Amino acid sequence: MSVTLHGPIASGGVSLPLYSSQVSAGFPSPAADHLERLISLDELFEIRAPHVYLAKISGHSMQGAGIFNGDLVIVDRSKTARHGDIVIAALNAECVCKRLHHRDGQVVLMAENPKFPPRYVMEGDDLVIWGVVNYSVRDHERST
Amino acid sequence: MSVKSGLHFGGPVFALVDCNAFYASCERVFRPDLANTPIVVLSNNDSAVIARSYDVKPFVKMGAPYFQIKDVLRRHGIVAFSSNYALYGQLSERVMTLIESMVSESSVYSIDEIFCDLSGMPGDLTEFGRKIRAKVLKHTGIRVGVGIAHTKTLAKLANHTAKRLQAQTGGVVDLCDPFKRDWVLRNTAVEEVWGIGRRMTAHMQALGIHTAMDLAKADPVLLGRKFSVVLEKTVRELAGTSCLALEEAAPAKQEICCSRMFGVRLETIEPIKEAVATYAQRASEKLRAQHSLCKKIRVSIRTGMFNPDEARYANGVLVELPYPTNDVRLITKAATQAVERLFRPGFRYSKAEVLLMDLRQPGEFTDDLFAHTQPAAADKVMSVLDEINNRWGRGTLRAAAVPAAPAWAMRRELMSPSYTTRLDQLWTVNAN
Repeated sequence: MSVTLHGPIASGGVSLPLYSSQVSAGFPSPAADHLERLISLDELFEIRAPHVYLAKISGHSMQGAGIFNGDLVIVDRSKTARHGDIVIAALNAECVCKRLHHRDGQVVLMAENPKFPPRYVMEGDDLVIWGVVNYSVRDHERST
Repeated sequence: MSVKSGLHFGGPVFALVDCNAFYASCERVFRPDLANTPIVVLSNNDSAVIARSYDVKPFVKMGAPYFQIKDVLRRHGIVAFSSNYALYGQLSERVMTLIESMVSESSVYSIDEIFCDLSGMPGDLTEFGRKIRAKVLKHTGIRVGVGIAHTKTLAKLANHTAKRLQAQTGGVVDLCDPFKRDWVLRNTAVEEVWGIGRRMTAHMQALGIHTAMDLAKADPVLLGRKFSVVLEKTVRELAGTSCLALEEAAPAKQEICCSRMFGVRLETIEPIKEAVATYAQRASEKLRAQHSLCKKIRVSIRTGMFNPDEARYANGVLVELPYPTNDVRLITKAATQAVERLFRPGFRYSKAEVLLMDLRQPGEFTDDLFAHTQPAAADKVMSVLDEINNRWGRGTLRAAAVPAAPAWAMRRELMSPSYTTRLDQLWTVNAN
């Protein structure tokens, strides 16, 4: 298996050095000569940008998309939501995280878990798209 | 003389962008369920109304005491929040960053206002104003108004008009056109002009100046001589001559004050000393932020003054420091010793104040060659202290006299979570 190593995982919000070469898992070190620049998760996820927000997910309906109860999501407000995007939306003033389906004039908020039915957005419903989910972050020590 | 085509009328053009009902709007960003709910925000200690959403304005006055209006709030379904400055500050920063990215030069004027320089910008400026509005709304959820004109005073007036005639203007008003400018000047009362306070309004009315137009046509030199150079500039700016630069360097403050009510009445000296140490710390941060030193501190403590059944006491003392300093250790020590001199047992104290006075810039006065100055080591300690607290949050490093979670802290019982600044209070979205 080949992986791209983005540097050692340090604790805290520090910049990690980015190694440019691809190295095999379990065979570190020659890359140390190729130290190029610092990467920062802040920059990667743009979490300092004025249009990017963090939110915590509560619930199990997006498991199929890899978003689990307690995960953090990184939300971009500047994007216009399109068919297939995972969105944070206010449906009748309640905030939900769902996948947006928009086909043939019909808007549906889809769950990614068979236990949760799709929610068709009908006339009389009030839907505001708050933002588009770009990334999600999970704590693998906490979660099971 | 040739006029370059495509350029807006030569000379400066300013825009003032201002957030509508900012504090209340911030409370709504993460609470879509409050989109149509009227909101008030309360001052420190939940005592009085300091901000209202538009739909509250007919029912609740600015500054109304919270305990007096609880019934009114209930009757109209108005929701009250304690002021959540962490949230407002963070959203303000987002709004300002967005606007700064759209204009070449800008200068933040207050938590919800920013002046921009649009001089020489080609194209339709009203259209540009709408772009700012749309972008800020989409990226942050905050609504802004935009006023555009050839002077800052007129831009402020344009902004005011945009707010007043929201429906007709779509929140953007450009007064570069002299016809529009004159219409607005004629239709604005003089007290609405930037910098004309209540007392000055009375003076103006005595002189027969009732509208902004009257003031714009007045003799600036005469008014300047009679009142102040500030007023002279206001008159010239209203008439279209720019006198205030984009970045009017705010003069360093002559006094720095930190004064707050306690959340509960205090009857013993220890918690009062803690509070005073905390205020001294905050004041010294402000002092260092403006690169000043102080030579005198005034500390005062008082009981409640309103309730006639309560024994009243108020006293203050001025402490002279050994040399001009910004060292929090020295200031805290002097301030807490002052409390020992002021405190009398048997009273229920409600408030303390720390006032730093006799401020000066380092090296401003050479008293005499043998006078003490702050040792260089203290400068270093203070700059490290500020750096640590900037990076890891205020109060990370503090004097031992300042408690982390004091029992006497202000009441803020209705505060919304710090949605954007505290991981443990992050905004939670349902996926059910």
